[in-house]
Amino acid sequence: MSRARRKAAASAGAPGRVRKALATHWYAWTMVAPVVLVIGVIIGYPLVRGLYLSLTDANEANVERNIGMNHIPATYRFTGLDNYTEILGDGVFWSRLGWTVVWTVACVGLTFAIGLTLANLLNRKLRGRTFYRLALILPWAIPAFVSVFTWRLLYNEKNGLLNKLLAGGGIDAVPWLNDPTWAKLSVIAVNVWLGVPFMLVALLGGLQSIPGELYEAAEMDGAGAWQRFRNITLPSLRGVSSTVILLSTIWTFNMFPVIYLLTRGGPGDATEILVTYAYRLSFVDSPRDFSGSAAWGVLILLLLSMIAVVYRRSLRKQGEVW
Amino acid sequence: MNKPLRGKRSPLASVGLHVTLLTAAVIAVFPPLWLLVTSFKPKNDAFTTGLVSNFTFANYRHVVADTQFLTWFGNSVVVVGVTTVLGVFVAATTGYAVSRFRFPGMRPLMWLLLITQMFPVAVLIVPLYNLMASLGLLNQPAGLVITYLTIAVPFCAWMMKGFFDTIPVEIDEAGRVDGLNPFGTFWRLVLPLARPGLAVTGFYTFVTAWAEVAYASAFMTGEENLTLAGGLQTFVNQYLNDWGSMTAAAVIIAVPAALVFAFAQRHLVAGLTAGTTKG
Repeated sequence: MSRARRKAAASAGAPGRVRKALATHWYAWTMVAPVVLVIGVIIGYPLVRGLYLSLTDANEANVERNIGMNHIPATYRFTGLDNYTEILGDGVFWSRLGWTVVWTVACVGLTFAIGLTLANLLNRKLRGRTFYRLALILPWAIPAFVSVFTWRLLYNEKNGLLNKLLAGGGIDAVPWLNDPTWAKLSVIAVNVWLGVPFMLVALLGGLQSIPGELYEAAEMDGAGAWQRFRNITLPSLRGVSSTVILLSTIWTFNMFPVIYLLTRGGPGDATEILVTYAYRLSFVDSPRDFSGSAAWGVLILLLLSMIAVVYRRSLRKQGEVW
Repeated sequence: MNKPLRGKRSPLASVGLHVTLLTAAVIAVFPPLWLLVTSFKPKNDAFTTGLVSNFTFANYRHVVADTQFLTWFGNSVVVVGVTTVLGVFVAATTGYAVSRFRFPGMRPLMWLLLITQMFPVAVLIVPLYNLMASLGLLNQPAGLVITYLTIAVPFCAWMMKGFFDTIPVEIDEAGRVDGLNPFGTFWRLVLPLARPGLAVTGFYTFVTAWAEVAYASAFMTGEENLTLAGGLQTFVNQYLNDWGSMTAAAVIIAVPAALVFAFAQRHLVAGLTAGTTKG
């Protein structure tokens, strides 16, 4: 660009800067445009609308709808924060939140611990490594809803295989999905079973990128297996594990299919997590409570954002750049 | 791979290692295996503990011939196929832009991609349902395709960025020198090199869409419009306990997913770790 033209661009001020930015960045912007567009229309719009709905008393009976040829306009009203005060003042939300937290912590904790153990075992010279690896990631290869139905077959109280095996050992049948406590343990077990392969694969990848010399040097210095694990393996895995833990926390918090298909949130609402409860309000219970469901959704989103922010801050304190 | 243990493992440790891994492998493999076994049993034997004593294809025949299963399968194939093709393409262009260019709005975009992971079904599903209803997209494959793109693309774009980061920038520069514009460089040079990444994102998109339950259950109603996730629920519910049909259908649903998985699993480790460590 010649000096004169640059001067002209500078004197043109903001529009010139925009034009210049367009000229340099239009390739990049074109390439990301589809994603921005899709996210904007399909996430942005519903999000704003969901926020709005949560501030109204919309339900099945008063939203805009067509019955036969008749168009019935919406009659719901703006009610401010009524939904929120009602939800937060009610025990149901807090008890569902309590269980959702237990569910998330238990699932992520167990999945991570088991995944890390198995990844460590697999990351050695070992006969049958490929076989073990393939077998262990098999649960990942099968759609979750198929697996969940398989588990329902195994958990069946009267005739399921698990109870028949127990009967063979002279143990009374366990009401896997019909007793609140057992149902909670059962859904956690299934979710851990589903989640371990992802952890395993990610952590195994992390382990394989640790240089072997580190271990050799440590061994030379007389460090035991546990010391090597604590001082080399764990710190080296920080990057991978912090990411997979955050992702899996978010996924588990919102894990819909396991709960919905295994127990429908039952018995009673013992296994209902926040997401399935919100879904129930608008798609299972009648009349459909759209505004209540939306308010639950907004609260869930707030909670998750808080988790992500706190988590990120705690990582930063430990000197992690992420 | 590290090899510090140069044959130092005691026999006892070896036994322990194999016993642990074998136990874990059995736990991992057993439920799908049992599903397969059960699907070959006559309807009334669904809950017998033995292996198959009266081997039969009756469940499969029933599911394919007498139920709407093939319709659901077709619906799923259409939805998932279109989602995968579009999703991979969009994720690739986004990943490439984020990996190669420094442009205003890039950091917010990265954050946006991560944050959309967080949006629970619960916030979006009601407004999205209303939106689809007003656009006439309920019970239409297109409605689900658009919805699934929003689930899969952010994470895939994130993974693709990891892949593109591993491809040397010199290749882009060479392309530029040869007179290709950025799109040409991307399309002709970089994309072919990123094939493993495309396989992984394709796999991820396929599996996500193939296995999605919440939106599919809410948006698709009426027997002939269901996808597999909705269809399978019809065999075993509060009114009906057709475990024979359920197992056979489940096996047919699981096979394509497992095949795609087998195809992509080699690249999966590299892809995921590239995506997760470099994110």
